[in-house]
Amino acid sequence: MYSEKVMEHFRNPRNMGEMENPDGTGKVGNPVCGDVMELYIKVRDNIIIDARFQTFGCGAAIATSSMVTEMVKGKSIDEALRISNKAVAEALDGLPPVKIHCSVLAEEALRSAIEDYMKKKG
Amino acid sequence: MRRIYLDHNATTPVHPEVLKEMENALELTYGNPSTLYLIGTEAKKKLEEARRRVASRIGAKTEEIIFTGGGTEANNLALFGICRARKKEGNHIITSKIEHDSVLNSAKALERDGFNITYLPVDSYGMVDPGELSKAIRPDTILISIMHSNNETGTIQPIKDMTEIAREKGIPFHTDAVQSIGKINVDVAGFGADLLTIASHKIYGPKGVGALYIKKGTRLQPILYGGHQEKGYRPGTEDVPGIIGFGKAAEISMKNTEDNRLVVLRDRLYNSLSERIEMVRLNGHPVKRLPNTLNISIEFVEGEGMVLALDDLGISVGTGSACATATLEPSHVLAAMGVPPQIAHCTLRFSLGWDTTDEDVDYVIGVLPDVVKKMRGFSPLYKEYLRKSRKEAV
Ligand SMILES: Cc1ncc(COP(=O)(O)O)c(C=O)c1O
Ligand code: FES
Repeated sequence: MYSEKVMEHFRNPRNMGEMENPDGTGKVGNPVCGDVMELYIKVRDNIIIDARFQTFGCGAAIATSSMVTEMVKGKSIDEALRISNKAVAEALDGLPPVKIHCSVLAEEALRSAIEDYMKKKG
Repeated sequence: MRRIYLDHNATTPVHPEVLKEMENALELTYGNPSTLYLIGTEAKKKLEEARRRVASRIGAKTEEIIFTGGGTEANNLALFGICRARKKEGNHIITSKIEHDSVLNSAKALERDGFNITYLPVDSYGMVDPGELSKAIRPDTILISIMHSNNETGTIQPIKDMTEIAREKGIPFHTDAVQSIGKINVDVAGFGADLLTIASHKIYGPKGVGALYIKKGTRLQPILYGGHQEKGYRPGTEDVPGIIGFGKAAEISMKNTEDNRLVVLRDRLYNSLSERIEMVRLNGHPVKRLPNTLNISIEFVEGEGMVLALDDLGISVGTGSACATATLEPSHVLAAMGVPPQIAHCTLRFSLGWDTTDEDVDYVIGVLPDVVKKMRGFSPLYKEYLRKSRKEAV
């Protein structure tokens, strides 16, 4: 039911694990499926130079976390804010309909990490 | 790669002897059982032989077995059939919160048609309390439907206590015994149900075939209309090869009772996993449980992730009900038992079968702890738990 790309990211998640002293942390969850995502970013001169994640969730939740952290690295804050859940799903060669919300969760985790960074920056 | 199949409650592989009879039937027994010439009457004979085999599997009379297109259809026939036949006498039905979707969703459809339904609760082991059944009965109750054993947890219900209550009040009692047949002794005459559901593909027979036991004298309307086949309860030309396979599977399952071997294997699986992995909890009754079923929650790791990771290692297991894979909510069975959602999401159901070996179980014991370790390694919930327990230790 998952694309090969999803399975590949599920099997070998990129950027997995906690980050020491992140510049921004996003923590989001979906109350229906119970999945929880934490995303950390490191920012230098308005560019996201590193991103990592921790996820409790389904295969798609793990794959979308992995993909979104890959996608934001090297992007400016403005560029990162334009990454949509659709773009994440497309980069994974699509998701089954019931699993679209997993990519929404990934987008929300990223936004929330960026908001946290902005707040800290003041 | 080695393939270890541990999802026998979802379905079973077809037994080689069943396959042989079915191949033979597909090729040679092609006659329509309703015809008068030899090829037809031969098919009819085989059909009746299968009926005899299924009947004797559950201690029923041959004429009390109606073949259907599977367990779901038999459950629909039982619920709609009784309610339509008895709607002048009342409109209240009693069932439980842990039934299979084919009963629950039939009940919900009947609810939309104006019937009142009571869904009996279960205790933390997933057991219905017969006392609750007594309390729920009303003068207008026309049907009670409680499953014989649960597909997710394997918990075996106190059916005899409940059929006695039903009989005293003169209310028809249906039980979905799909998961019990072939795993534990099911003697319908002994516990006295009026209707009982069986599915062929859970006992090493083909899919899409099942049966409803209808006790002599039970009033029931069909849900399909057509010819006179299956006494008009299930019109349509019979799936002769499927039914022959079902009959053979029923016969084999009578000789093949290996409950003890499976209990030993299953309990070794559970004990070894709980020694090697912290925070494992058993869902279901510790002893009043199908010998092959082990439902556990491994906290802080989501079930689907474990299923996919185990599949990569050649192991087929499920998170619970195969029907629920498309929904996001945690299992309705575990919810009814009071398992908190964050734990219910961490569930694996192992269901062993005749083809399960000692080596299969050892292999799972060998690889699962590493899968859990890896997945807990990136679980924010596990991190939180570690932090909390460290704080408490200080
Ligand atoms: C308890 C129970 N009842 C009914 C069914 C439905 O049977 P079938 O798949 O033959 O429609 C199943 C399994 O699928 C089951 O586990
Ligand atoms: S099922 Fe909810 S995040 Fe995947």
